Amino acid sequence: MTETSLQTLHETPLQDRHVALGARLIDFAGWQMPVQYAGILEEHRAVRERAGLFDLSHMGELFVEGPEAGSALAYAVVTNPPSLAEGRAQYSMIVAPNGGILDDLIVYHLAADRFLVVANASNAQVVSDLLAERLSGFKAVLDDRSLATALVAIQGPRSVEILRPLTDVDLDALRYYAIAEGSVAGIPALVARTGYTGEDGFEVFVDTGRAVALWDALMAGGEGHGLAPIGLGARDTLRLEAGMPLYGNELDPTTNPFEAGLGRVVKLDKPDDFVGRAALEKVAREGVDRKLVGIVLRGRGIARHGYPIHAGEPVSGVVTSGTQSPTLGQAIAMGYVATPDAEPGTMIDVEIRGQRVPAEVVALPFYRRAR
Amino acid sequence: MVPADLHYTKDHEWVRVDGDEATVGITAYAADQLGDIVFVELPEAGRSVTQFAAFGVVESVKAVSDLFAPLTGEVATANDALAGSPELVNSDPYGDGWMVRIRLSERGELDELLDATAYDALIAAG
Repeated sequence: MTETSLQTLHETPLQDRHVALGARLIDFAGWQMPVQYAGILEEHRAVRERAGLFDLSHMGELFVEGPEAGSALAYAVVTNPPSLAEGRAQYSMIVAPNGGILDDLIVYHLAADRFLVVANASNAQVVSDLLAERLSGFKAVLDDRSLATALVAIQGPRSVEILRPLTDVDLDALRYYAIAEGSVAGIPALVARTGYTGEDGFEVFVDTGRAVALWDALMAGGEGHGLAPIGLGARDTLRLEAGMPLYGNELDPTTNPFEAGLGRVVKLDKPDDFVGRAALEKVAREGVDRKLVGIVLRGRGIARHGYPIHAGEPVSGVVTSGTQSPTLGQAIAMGYVATPDAEPGTMIDVEIRGQRVPAEVVALPFYRRAR
Repeated sequence: MVPADLHYTKDHEWVRVDGDEATVGITAYAADQLGDIVFVELPEAGRSVTQFAAFGVVESVKAVSDLFAPLTGEVATANDALAGSPELVNSDPYGDGWMVRIRLSERGELDELLDATAYDALIAAG
């Protein structure tokens, strides 16, 4: 690593495309990323009603290969990757020995002895280092291809129509949380039916050098379908409506998966030891003091990250994410509350600029697409 | 160019003086920088406001920003239409997206504000 690489902001291979499309760019996790193009509300609606194209090249792509790749990952993360059929994916987490969440991940089983782990941009280096450490002793090697790999997502009800004529992957056979190797616009690609929007859609991994050609082909193919480029702003409102946690907001090292409502992800019944097992078994046995919940404001205002939550006199918890839901037209949020206050229907107060605003605990997600 | 007949603050509010009342809003530049505005919190009529002190809040999808009073006085009317249609601030910042009318108590404070040329220079400088 050179000295300057610590300070330089990474640009994705699609930087010129974003500038040409009039994107507003921000620094995000060490990358220069588009936060919006036409506007967050318009982009949000495009994904819910038609389709949107996302540059996610900042995310980490970590390939784990070797005869013991599966069992190495089963030791490193909370899920049991060897139980995944080839061509399938699972939502997972990597935790510290004390059970605190260090990142949430998607693990793809690509081939018998080959897995792909996709990490958040903000944690890509941490996860890469952790995997390298936890893989030692197993017949498995880590190939961190984060900078060599571009990721473009197409999400929304029309994404399948847009992608179909461009790919040799059989999209009808590609189920939700599945992945296949093939080509898109003639470019070798991994095509996964995954996403972070609550809509049907695909994530396409290609070599960084082919990202512009992929982006251009998808944008051209989406013309006539109302495909719009989507920035990180709408990505956040879309995932929040879908009730999906964001690392740094809902998930962090002081939070365990059970508090985050993700206890089902932790496979305590897998055969061998894994990092965090003892701590998480204890949590599963003893229960949690606080829980992540969905919140809908019943009074005027918008709950934001960090706002206190009250239930009666004592402070009950804190808001982790909140916005005005473009789809529902009401202020929605996620946050942690004391376990007794976590039942849907419980009335709580969110403190907004010193004023208590009534709000209701609701079941997640806020938005579920019609199937 | 911003409207020539208005006064401006460095915080991107505009002021239209009409007799002893001043209408206040945020500039098109500010509205564009904030992005889609989804919530506006304004003071009730009768409340007093102080020049350059916060008097309300405007929220876009992503962010919360304070509104600063360009002039000292008492709120005569607030734009109630913004409660149901905050998007008016984006679509018509100098018209239907106005925020409050203030009954002026310190006319001399107008000298503290920017004219259109000075405000244009400010936003051109970024």
